[in-house]
Amino acid sequence: MDKLFKSYEGKIPENLLKDVKDNLPAKVDKAKAEKVLERVYSEYIESKVDAGESVGLIAAESIGEQGTQMTLNTFHYAGVAEMNVTVGLPRLIEILDGRKNISTPMMEIYLNKPYNKGKDIKQIALSIKETKLKDLTHEFSINIAELIIEVALDKKAIDSVGIDINLVGKKIEKALKAYEVKQKDNIITIKSIKEQPLNELYKIKEKLKGVHISGIKDVYQVLPVKRGEEFIIITAGSNLKAAFDNEYVDSNRTTTNNIFEVSNVLGVEAARQSIIDEVFKVIESQGLNIDKRHMMLVADMMCSSGVIKGVTRYGVVSEKASVLAKASFETPIKHIISAALLGEEDKLNSVVENVMLNQAVPVGTGLPGLQTKIDK
Amino acid sequence: MTEVFVNSRFKGEVDDPHKFVGSIIGERRKGNVPQNVNVYYDETADTVFVDGTKGRVVRPLIVVKDGKLMLTDKHVQQLVKKEIAWEDLLKQGVIEYLDAAEEENAFVAFFEGELTPDHTHMEIHPIALIGLTTSLVPYGNYCHSTKLAIGGKNQKQAVGFYASNFSVRMDMDVNLLQTPQAPLVATIMHEISNYNAHPAGQNIVLAVMGYMGYNIEDAIIINKGSIERGFGRTSYFRPAIAEELRYAGGLTDQICVPDKDIKGYKTEVDYRYLEEEGIIYPEAKVGEGDVIIGKTSPPRFLSSMDEYNLTSNIRRESSVSLKHGERGIVDFVLITENGEGNKLVQVRLRDHRTPEIGDKFTSRHGQKGVVGAIVPQSDMPFTASGITPDIIFSPHGIPSRMTISHLIELVGAKTGALAGRNIDGTTFVAESEIDLRKELRSLGMRDNGTETMYNGHTGKQMHARIYIGNMYYLKLKHMVSNKIHSRARGPIQLLTRQPTEGRAKEGGLRLGEMEKDTFVAHGASLLLKERFDSDKTLVPVCEGCGVIAIYNEFKNKSYCPTCGDNVEINNVEISYAFKLMLDEFKSLGIYPRMMLESKY
Repeated sequence: MDKLFKSYEGKIPENLLKDVKDNLPAKVDKAKAEKVLERVYSEYIESKVDAGESVGLIAAESIGEQGTQMTLNTFHYAGVAEMNVTVGLPRLIEILDGRKNISTPMMEIYLNKPYNKGKDIKQIALSIKETKLKDLTHEFSINIAELIIEVALDKKAIDSVGIDINLVGKKIEKALKAYEVKQKDNIITIKSIKEQPLNELYKIKEKLKGVHISGIKDVYQVLPVKRGEEFIIITAGSNLKAAFDNEYVDSNRTTTNNIFEVSNVLGVEAARQSIIDEVFKVIESQGLNIDKRHMMLVADMMCSSGVIKGVTRYGVVSEKASVLAKASFETPIKHIISAALLGEEDKLNSVVENVMLNQAVPVGTGLPGLQTKIDK
Repeated sequence: MTEVFVNSRFKGEVDDPHKFVGSIIGERRKGNVPQNVNVYYDETADTVFVDGTKGRVVRPLIVVKDGKLMLTDKHVQQLVKKEIAWEDLLKQGVIEYLDAAEEENAFVAFFEGELTPDHTHMEIHPIALIGLTTSLVPYGNYCHSTKLAIGGKNQKQAVGFYASNFSVRMDMDVNLLQTPQAPLVATIMHEISNYNAHPAGQNIVLAVMGYMGYNIEDAIIINKGSIERGFGRTSYFRPAIAEELRYAGGLTDQICVPDKDIKGYKTEVDYRYLEEEGIIYPEAKVGEGDVIIGKTSPPRFLSSMDEYNLTSNIRRESSVSLKHGERGIVDFVLITENGEGNKLVQVRLRDHRTPEIGDKFTSRHGQKGVVGAIVPQSDMPFTASGITPDIIFSPHGIPSRMTISHLIELVGAKTGALAGRNIDGTTFVAESEIDLRKELRSLGMRDNGTETMYNGHTGKQMHARIYIGNMYYLKLKHMVSNKIHSRARGPIQLLTRQPTEGRAKEGGLRLGEMEKDTFVAHGASLLLKERFDSDKTLVPVCEGCGVIAIYNEFKNKSYCPTCGDNVEINNVEISYAFKLMLDEFKSLGIYPRMMLESKY
């Protein structure tokens, strides 16, 4: 039996072969097993895309046509301010353009075993939320006579976050260089080591407000949600790397909707999957139905170079081999000039160029040629 | 303290805003403050706004004091006798104009019966709420407001009897309904606007039912007999204009029958209708390409060479002729002078337009539709009394659009037609539906407007009772004969050699970017190539330098302007637009080369 399966290796993809192996009844004779495998093989061959099929255009049409029907641009979580999510067409454009700064970064944080049962979930959520100095203070004031900044801490706020009050001073000390930081209970005084104009001091005061004290940086809102049996935390603002370092966080399942973050932390393969998932989420939320393979193709195009490239004139389009194809998409003059300067050659291997020249496009019926060369 | 803003600028404060506002309004009614000044007290913001600026929409209302109208019977009598006019009412403070802001503080009654001491104003007439065209829709208070607006808009596009002196007018592009009728169900606005002197529609019999699927999606069925009796018949007028312009050097255009040796002379047949003066005679039946006004112009450029040229007297042909697809009958010829004293000739063409499939018709309630079929009267369904409808309207147009007024007009006009009187359908104050139904019953009809009908083909009685009655229908100016267009071969643009654009130029129908994509997605590559063959050209390409070579037809030989004739030159089939692009590159100092290899 193993020998039989071995002979199909390379003919049928590995996971398909494994599926057959796992699902085959225990008492099956070799002839029947071979019949099954032969059938699987023929089905597999059948399901392959034909040569010359315009998969890219079909993907574009499949996503584009449905895209025109999208309504609803934002989704709001009930009860939480500032928790709205960009969905629909704007989100789709954002993903496919490969934007580095997306409009609503979010994370879905899964928690490690003992913490995901819902006990102290609010506490955990709050510890994940970023606390800045301004959240913990009554007031910031500048003592003009002595050129000192005084920060009056709010003890109640500090208690609710659950951190040591002396930690605040240390965090400030870390964040500011060339400044002397002294803490006396809930009053922190900051003095410049060097003599500095008042202007500078004012800038430092503004900077102080944003000093990170605890929690995961950039996460400005948290929302514990029950999903299935366990509790997860949905956050507004995303920082995957810092989240993975957190002791509560299950780094195997936690995700973000920021594709570039996924790419940086987990690599480009994960980013590809993330693109597919995020696009699929948009499609699904709009109640549309698009085959996942179209999105896989787009994601492949965006990630094939090893870094994420958006479907823009700076990204995927700039990778095109044809000058004419590049020029027919946005900024033609730029492309023509650079082609003229470099003496670029257009092999006329793709669709747009051949349409421009009124030649048969090398897809479908335009693809086949003669095997033998004919003499002139 | 209440802040006071005058023309949006802060001016000061007052202690008692109500007293302040009241005193301004009082002074305005006395005539001490201009009529166009409005005051508004915003209670939530505790601010008074006084505004006399331009551009605010204001509307007149009757002033009410202590629950009593300022407008008395005496005023009305004086108005009827024309002893006083509108201005006098304004001066006396009987009527005043409110803007949107001051209206916010007003409490306006609709009818005199509902006046209370709290009311400050009353409407002059309820339809003052809506605009002119909108109030031409009967029973407008039984209609969805957006449909009401559409109904008003549609009426503006209706073909009617636009001016009674039409026969001596030279309007561009006008339609004239040949047998217009005054509406059976009219509103007060019809009376005010003297609508019956220039009506735009006809009273017809309408049945609400299906007819073999030819009236799906808002289409209507028209009775051919009705058309033969004059329904929807219109005339289309369009003048052609020619002037004898003067040019530098004492040269002028000349309206005449062009000589045969003139530059650009058409064929003799094209000039066949012209009389001695070079102008066509009235009642001539003309078609595509026929010359209406013969005209010649002096040559465009006068070079010194021409002075010695014996044939210098070549004038240009510049006659006015009918364009592609145009036809008609010459209706009226006018010879006069323009402002500069030059001879001016106008020839008005007339064309008869009977309703055809695709013409647009509408009722007054935004229920527009195109003709789906024209059915012989013998095939139309008929009622027990032998009435055949002029139009069959699909019932599916009613529920989603909620134009109840359409249904009420039908019953109203039916009652009016049977009783031999006009029905008042003015919005808010129309004759009530209940009364109409009672009257309809007394006239021997079913009071809900339905009748038993029989199939026009088989004569079988229909199971359902059909809602049938009279209605005022309008023919809209969008007619197929002005829009129909197709092309197989035709003119091309000079620059790109691609087909021209638009119906007037007999243009092609563009297969656009997205349509192209569908061909590619199907893999129909060769079909796509054929579609885009409209500007294909065969160009000789030099294999040496890669630019386009020159073909000498006399010697049947190609040569390259740079490499001479000792290089291999091959013919390549490309689109002319691409060749043009290469030429443009060359003009920019970019050297585009074509490197050839065997296709197979």
